[in-house]
Parts: sequence; C-alpha cells; structure tokens
Amino acid sequence: MKNKKRKEEKAMNNNLKVIVNGLIKENPTFVLLLGMCPTLATTSSAINGMSMGLATMFVLILSNFFISLLKNFIPDQVRIPAFIVIIAAFVTIVEMMMNAYVPALADSLGIFIPLIVVNCIVLGRAEAFASKNNVLASSLDGLGIGMGFTLALTLLGAVRELLGTGKVFSLSIYPENFGSLIFVLAPGAFIVLGYMIATFNKLQKK
Amino acid sequence: MFLSLFIISVVVAVLLAQVNKMTAKPIAAAKALKLENAIKEVVPEFDNNPVEEAYKMPAADGDSLLVYPAKKGDKVVGFAVNTYSNNGFSGNIQIMVGFDMEDKVVNYAVLSHAETPGLGSKMNEWFRDTTKPNQLVIGRNLSEGNLSVSKDGGQIDAITASTITSRAFLEAVNKAYVVYKGSDADTSATKLNNTDEKQKEEGGKSNE
Repeated sequence: MKNKKRKEEKAMNNNLKVIVNGLIKENPTFVLLLGMCPTLATTSSAINGMSMGLATMFVLILSNFFISLLKNFIPDQVRIPAFIVIIAAFVTIVEMMMNAYVPALADSLGIFIPLIVVNCIVLGRAEAFASKNNVLASSLDGLGIGMGFTLALTLLGAVRELLGTGKVFSLSIYPENFGSLIFVLAPGAFIVLGYMIATFNKLQKK
Repeated sequence: MFLSLFIISVVVAVLLAQVNKMTAKPIAAAKALKLENAIKEVVPEFDNNPVEEAYKMPAADGDSLLVYPAKKGDKVVGFAVNTYSNNGFSGNIQIMVGFDMEDKVVNYAVLSHAETPGLGSKMNEWFRDTTKPNQLVIGRNLSEGNLSVSKDGGQIDAITASTITSRAFLEAVNKAYVVYKGSDADTSATKLNNTDEKQKEEGGKSNE
C-alpha cells in the first residue's frame, strides 16, 4: 500500500517535472529560442500575445497526445509528413473555431494562426518528446511547453504594450503620450526580447 | 509505410470535413453580423435590409464596390459603401463609409487592415474625434471636393507619423463617394460624371 502510494507520488513528481521543465528549464522562447517568428510578430499587445500562446498550447497538447498515441503506427521514414498532417489538422480546427466563435480575435491574429503549422516548437516537441514518450507525459509536455510559450508571449506583449502605449491588457497605466512607439513596432520586439532573455538567464544561473 | 500515411491523411480529412460542417454556419453568421453592424454604424437609422438590397457599382479602375442602400419606409436615407484602398502602409485597407442624402459622411467603420499597431491602426478613432475638427472626416461634404491630407494641401490632418495610412484612408473615402454618386442617379450618370470631374478639378485647384 505504502509502496504503491510512493510510486504514485514519484509519478506525480515526474509529471510535475515535465510541466515545470517546459515552463522554465526548456522554456521555448527564453531557452530553446524556438518559434521566434510568431513571438516577435504577434506580441504587440498583451492580449494578442496571450491568445497566440493559448492557441499554440491547444495545438501542442493535442498534437503531442495523438503523435504519442500513434508513435508505433507511424513508420520512421514518413514520420515528419505524418506529424505535419496531424499538426496541420489541429491548427485548421483551431482556425475554424476561432473564426466561428471569436472572429475579432481571429482578425487581430490573422495569418499567424495558420502559421502555427510551421512553428518549430510544435514539430520540435513532436519529434523530440512525443515520439519517444508515453501519452500522459507527452500531453503534459505539451501543456508545460505551451504554458511556457504563453507566459513568455504574454510577458513580452505586456512589456511592449506598457512601454509603447502605457497600457497593459488595454488598462491605462500612464498617459499614452509618454509611450515610446518603437516598442510596439518590430525593433521594439527584438529589444524587449533580448533584455528578457538576458534577465531570464541571469535569474536561472542563480 | 505509404499505407499508414494514407490512413492518417484520410482520418484527418474526415475530421476536418466534420469540423468545417460544424463551424460553417457560425462563421457565416459572424461575418454577416460584422457586416450588418458596420452598416448600422455608418448610415442614418433604417428599417430595410441593406444586405439583401446591396448592388455592385463599377469603380473607376475597372473594379466594383458594393453599395448598401438604407431606407426608412420607401425613402432612401443614406448609402453605405464597402470601399478599399491598396495603398495602405501594409497593403489593403477595407472600410465601410456611410453617406446621407446631402453627400455628407455620416460615419465610417474600418473592416480590415494590416496597418502598424499604435500608428496607422489609429484610423479607427482618429478621423472621428469630434474634439479635433481638423482631423474630422465625419460630417465632411464630399460634393465640395475630394478629401486630402493637409500635407498635400488638403483639409484633413493626417494621423501623426502615419501620413501614408491617412492618404490611403481618404483615397478609399473619395472612391466610395464617386461610386455612390454614380449609383445615386443612374439616369443622369454621364452628367454626374462630368460634374464630378469638374469638382475634382476645382478641388485640385483650391488645394494648390
């Protein structure tokens, strides 16, 4: 009885580790530096960053789940096309759902939703994790990496929105006139991301 | 090898077809609602169905624009024109512009654009700010000549740091007016075109 409990605890710990791993140790944006295109392009405001992150997380969890489920069925030689087909299916579902139920959000994210297909995080996790681990761990890895990505994008979006327009999540913090527009534009994305990665590295080393 | 990839593709195709079937109606409804709201926003109060009565009008460059007539009872109270410009800072800008029967701009709604957030994207508020008459597009009478930005000698103050977007916006409004004028009186179309051109020339002169 005790042994079983301990085993369960150990499994729980492992699962937690997988999630935390995605959030911090292998944070897709700050550590792996994957998926930089949507990271830089969609984070002009906190809400855009967050919704992009959530959409990617949804795709990650489902694609990891199904790829892990089908890993013995998919022959090695065609695994990349098979992964892409599965990922593309979920991205298309997300896109159609967003168009149907949150059209305003779909408008503001535009082309970047369909582009989740080619986001290297999704394919990267399918190849590096889901095709080698069991279904539960893979789903949790999708959740962890997805949360890490969402967190990073929300943070990046919030900082850019604050510095650029004086708002966070459209809540006014200081008058818009004092904002520096460059942070909403592309160069600001690179500058803020650079500083955030530096800060993240510094914190992690301690 | 090919079989398993084939099976995956077929399953995925069936799944997508199902989801497409499920979401087709809400997507169409969302689009129709957006269009309806845009029309409601830009013309005086009406009680007909402008979407059903919409018709296409040819524009100068060989393209055509959709015109939505707004009627109260049998009387036409205004027109909403779905117009666009391809000269935005990031390409295509779609706007809905509403005119009343005196050729005044009642209101406008930005349908879609890809302008820079924080700069060009301000066009949704900029041209309707009633506290700043110099940047106001609403209430302008287009029969007095085309609108243009003050940098080009016109009457409208451009969005700060977004002159290109402002030019594209006004180009779309002007285009909407020309097309709507053409739809207003089909019988005297040639005459109208002439006066339009005259107005353009006059407008151009006074701008200089």
